Amino acid sequence: MIKNISNLGDAALYCDFGKDVNKDINTQVIKYFKTIQKKNISGVNNITPSYNKLIISFDLKKINFNKLKKIIDNIEIIKGDSIQNKKFEIPVCCEEEFSLDIKRLEEKLKMKEEKIYERFFEKEFFCYMTGFIAGMPFLGDLDENLRVKRLDTPRVKVPKGSIGLTEQFANIYTFESPGGWNIIGNTPLNIFDSTKEKEPNLINPGDLVTFKRISKEKYQNYHE
Amino acid sequence: MNKNYFEIIRAGINSTFQDLGRSNLYHIGIPFSGAMDNRNYLLANKLTGNNHNDPVIEFAYQGPHLKYHGDKINIAITGDVSFKIKKGGNLINGECYQSFILENDDELDIISTNKSVYGYLAISGKFDLKFQWSSCSINTKAKIGSNNGEKLSVNQKINVKEINNNFVLRKLNYVNTKIENIRVIKGTNFNYFSEEGKKIFFKNEFKVSKLSDRMGMRLEGKKIENIVDTNIRSEGLIKGVIQVPADGNPIIMLSDHGTIGGYPKIGVVVSADYDKLVQLTPGSKVKFQEVDLSSAETLFKLYDLETQNLISQI
Repeated sequence: MIKNISNLGDAALYCDFGKDVNKDINTQVIKYFKTIQKKNISGVNNITPSYNKLIISFDLKKINFNKLKKIIDNIEIIKGDSIQNKKFEIPVCCEEEFSLDIKRLEEKLKMKEEKIYERFFEKEFFCYMTGFIAGMPFLGDLDENLRVKRLDTPRVKVPKGSIGLTEQFANIYTFESPGGWNIIGNTPLNIFDSTKEKEPNLINPGDLVTFKRISKEKYQNYHE
Repeated sequence: MNKNYFEIIRAGINSTFQDLGRSNLYHIGIPFSGAMDNRNYLLANKLTGNNHNDPVIEFAYQGPHLKYHGDKINIAITGDVSFKIKKGGNLINGECYQSFILENDDELDIISTNKSVYGYLAISGKFDLKFQWSSCSINTKAKIGSNNGEKLSVNQKINVKEINNNFVLRKLNYVNTKIENIRVIKGTNFNYFSEEGKKIFFKNEFKVSKLSDRMGMRLEGKKIENIVDTNIRSEGLIKGVIQVPADGNPIIMLSDHGTIGGYPKIGVVVSADYDKLVQLTPGSKVKFQEVDLSSAETLFKLYDLETQNLISQI
């Protein structure tokens, strides 16, 4: 449930679901997101779910903070398990040219490469949110022994398809972008397709994701 | 074959097609984009007799040099822009906020924006563009929008799909003013900063850095000290949010911003000041001034009224 609603500037509602980050709270956030999206409230121009927050921005010409807050305060959330969890298996190649930060992780985690990969690949991940760049999924939770901070200095260019780790999360760079996550491999799969206007994102909040290690040969000959 | 088109002799620094942008896509990671300076965008369309949401060419600093081929067409440029029109052997100094007729083989040379960043070129008609999510707006980083999501480049053709047979010459008396005090509402992490840091934010001057673009504006000044945590759980962002990362220098989110961010939010620029904010050139000095929500709402009403008033004068 929403613990508190405040204003973010003069044209957005900041809905806080509490301090914790877990699947249950995030599922609540997504339920609110879907309910509000379906309501098609006049003036609302974006709804952004994240781990434990929901930001609703609006057109100040059409509605204001107090009016929209009243609507959100009284909204009835769609009951039952209405969120569909699609499942995906993402192929990942971990050859040296793709695993840009594996040596850094070996050092930081004091763990051998094989062990890091073993723990990474045996986990099923939950998609908390998408964004930062178009279609980038934020996936959790990473094995407790694999958690590290961002790079001290972010890269100017992280290659498209890179799989990154930071704290309790993994992500996939949907296109080349600056970024500070620890890169451990690369997927040949296209995660964002702007030509599919209805569903450009392969992975959406609530979906379940596992990763599967593939050889370089398979990577090079990969066809979707 | 398109018989009406512009030939690009020089593309300019960052010339893109823009309109009102795209909404309801933050949740998949796609920002609004759209014209940075909304008022000047709307005025350009009105001056050429277009719909208020038609695509225009936005340029930054140095604009494009174009040669026109085809039937006569009206154009208008808004912002604070120096440009010339070449008609046969004659070179005419252009005036902003006034429509001009271009004929076959005329050239339009948009030399520069003066003491500002963005200017707008509208034509009395429609460019032949591809729309994505009902907007032509180019986001060069995500490669979204018309022109395959790329800025305009030299030797390329800009096709005109249709021309309004409306050659009324329109004019407006308007002078852009430069903003010095940016009004902000305190952000959701305002209390992450030390008393001294908060004081610096509202009392000191900040300089606009060279590292500013359609995504964000970086500012430099006395370090704003964080006493809680230099990271927050990643969460949604909106236009105008001022984040302060570990280095203590504010970054303001602009129209092509990342949709999610993990730095504390010290403030949010009020909607009324956004159009003027984006026009600040690198090196400009600014101060932040605190306002509350109801004042910000009133300021926006006034700003919108002024814009509507200008539009109705054309």
